[in-house]
Amino acid sequence: MIAALPSQALIGLINGAFYALLSLGMAIIFGMLNVINFAQGAFYMIGAFLAWMLLHYFGVSYWTALLAAPLAVAALGIFVERLLLSRVYRLDHIYGWLVTYGLALMAESVFRFFYGVSGKPYSPPADLRGGIDLGLMFLPTYRGWVVLVSAVLCLAVWLAIERSRLGAHLRAAVENPVLVQAFGINVPRLLTLTYALGVGLAAFAGVLAAPIYQVTPLMGSQIIVVVFAVVVIGGLGSILGTVVTGFSLGLIQGVTKAFYPQAADLVIFVVMAAVLLALPAGLFGRR
Amino acid sequence: MLISHRREYPLKTWGGGRSLPLALAASLLLSPLAQAYGADAVKIGVLTDMSGAYADAAGQGSIVAAQLAVEDAGGALFGKPIEIVSADHQNKPEIGATIARRWYDREGVEMITDLTNSAVAIAVQNVSREKHKVDLVTSTATTAITNEECSPWGVHWTFDSYALSVGTAGALVREGAKTWYFITADYTFGANLEATATREILAGGGKVLGHSLAPLNTTDFSSQLIDAKASGADVIGLANSGADTANVVKQANEFGLRQKQKLAAFLPFITDIRSMGLDNAQGLILTTAFYWDRDDEARRFAERFYARHKAMPTMIQAGTYSAVRHYLAAVAAAGSVDADQVMQWMRDTPVNDAVFHGGKIRTDGQMVHDMYLVQVKTPAESTRDWDFYKVLRTIPADQAFPPLSDSKCRFAKAS
Repeated sequence: MIAALPSQALIGLINGAFYALLSLGMAIIFGMLNVINFAQGAFYMIGAFLAWMLLHYFGVSYWTALLAAPLAVAALGIFVERLLLSRVYRLDHIYGWLVTYGLALMAESVFRFFYGVSGKPYSPPADLRGGIDLGLMFLPTYRGWVVLVSAVLCLAVWLAIERSRLGAHLRAAVENPVLVQAFGINVPRLLTLTYALGVGLAAFAGVLAAPIYQVTPLMGSQIIVVVFAVVVIGGLGSILGTVVTGFSLGLIQGVTKAFYPQAADLVIFVVMAAVLLALPAGLFGRR
Repeated sequence: MLISHRREYPLKTWGGGRSLPLALAASLLLSPLAQAYGADAVKIGVLTDMSGAYADAAGQGSIVAAQLAVEDAGGALFGKPIEIVSADHQNKPEIGATIARRWYDREGVEMITDLTNSAVAIAVQNVSREKHKVDLVTSTATTAITNEECSPWGVHWTFDSYALSVGTAGALVREGAKTWYFITADYTFGANLEATATREILAGGGKVLGHSLAPLNTTDFSSQLIDAKASGADVIGLANSGADTANVVKQANEFGLRQKQKLAAFLPFITDIRSMGLDNAQGLILTTAFYWDRDDEARRFAERFYARHKAMPTMIQAGTYSAVRHYLAAVAAAGSVDADQVMQWMRDTPVNDAVFHGGKIRTDGQMVHDMYLVQVKTPAESTRDWDFYKVLRTIPADQAFPPLSDSKCRFAKAS
């Protein structure tokens, strides 16, 4: 259906926004902490559930949840980092991966025990309902909002890390923690805050996703493998690379769906294999 | 799927009580002894999806339904408590078949039920047929269970694609919705449902313009919905179920699809309607084998079920209750668990319980009974939680299922 190409591409871009936000958090955590955070999907799911809980139990609106959920999850992230992750930094990557994978499994099981798998209804806020007829397709307003806010947030995070002083401290601390600590900068606290930022981003993506996808305990595991692929293709540790790859892969998936929908899930891994064969460090990778 | 754990626990129902640690300890201590006495205790297996897309429609609720049936049958047979074992097949046929084999060969299970997921149901029915054991498929839609893959000791209890299509597709085509476009789950179930519905649509003078496939557990249907909208069909048929249906309906509303096109959901369960919310689901027309609010007897059963499971029973769960009750009555009457004797009694006796009135099991394995065409209420019409359906009409058993002469089952004989 070539006629559907522009609209499928646009949808792909919207999906790419989610990939970009989630993999951004994962890339930051890997770049700065050397931990492959497989719990990223779980924090995304918790963010979505918090948005639902805030609405269902306290009548708190979507807009407040956009701020409150990431902050709450960031606090949870601080707790996780202090208790568990700080102990595995000096070890092989695999331990960080295993710990976070274990956390993800636990989180999913707990939520599934209490809430089942059917998913909870969550409507987009009244201001963002309806849509615009673009001629080539009908664009729901909410989805347009998702692309916009993701792009802005990714840009803001990139600027903060690459151009601000705090970002400079962070990057220096990764290069040479001992020296940076000697300058009086509290490196462990920087690392904790970085993890909190990474998972806070995931929770933000979760709140964004709640009105579109089902809020279900399974939503984390459904998306995590693609997110991991995006981070690997983009280049582990490169923030710009991850964001660009996230949006691009979403686009590629959308285009694939226009021609051969069954390959849409497969194409991401084909790209990953091809990129890694040609450029083992990923597209924008530095190590 | 990230998760790959498997839960399996034997539940000894001592008149309704349930104690997992006690049961585990007891079974460990008694297992060498159980080999000697196990042949007499009647053991039923509930093999279902406990953690995937159908876990709320079947899953733990199916086990609860089986327990209710055991209690209603008196809790014991031949002087021993009736046992229920359960397991999660994780929607994988090879896991389902392996568990079935182990249950039949080493654990003395005589009957397996539920079997949500068409591919798993076919695999387990094949194992059951090989082992000359009874399997009561109270779930899944694939018509293969009573055709190519039929078994003399297998029954398709609750619903199948044909019954769902006759109801939903038949009703809409008669109303004038002639052109259709399908969004189909890309595996056995979806393909079978689409094919069966297509036959019904063509028979009614309609046309199918095309389809879009989506793997099981797809979360984002935007590309399929765009294709559906572009097709301009009168109706978009959803040949999927569970969480997939809930997602499509939600997103169809998001894309403004329902302004010009109708949505026909073939297999939403009442749990899916609840998770979509009436805002999204209102107006959907669907076919169901059971509705908890249908009559007093159904309501009484549903309230008992609700007290334990905190949700109203879906037709799968209600079907499991009915199947286990009928099976236990057959074993009691026949005085043994011999599959041939039990099946003969089950076929000779109508199925009459809170769930089905006047159901009958045919030689092709189809349990024929009435089906109901229902419409989802608007939020204004619904007076309480779970008050979701208004019954439009009853589809009598002889219309809801194809005649026995059409069956491709090699064991079917006109009786």
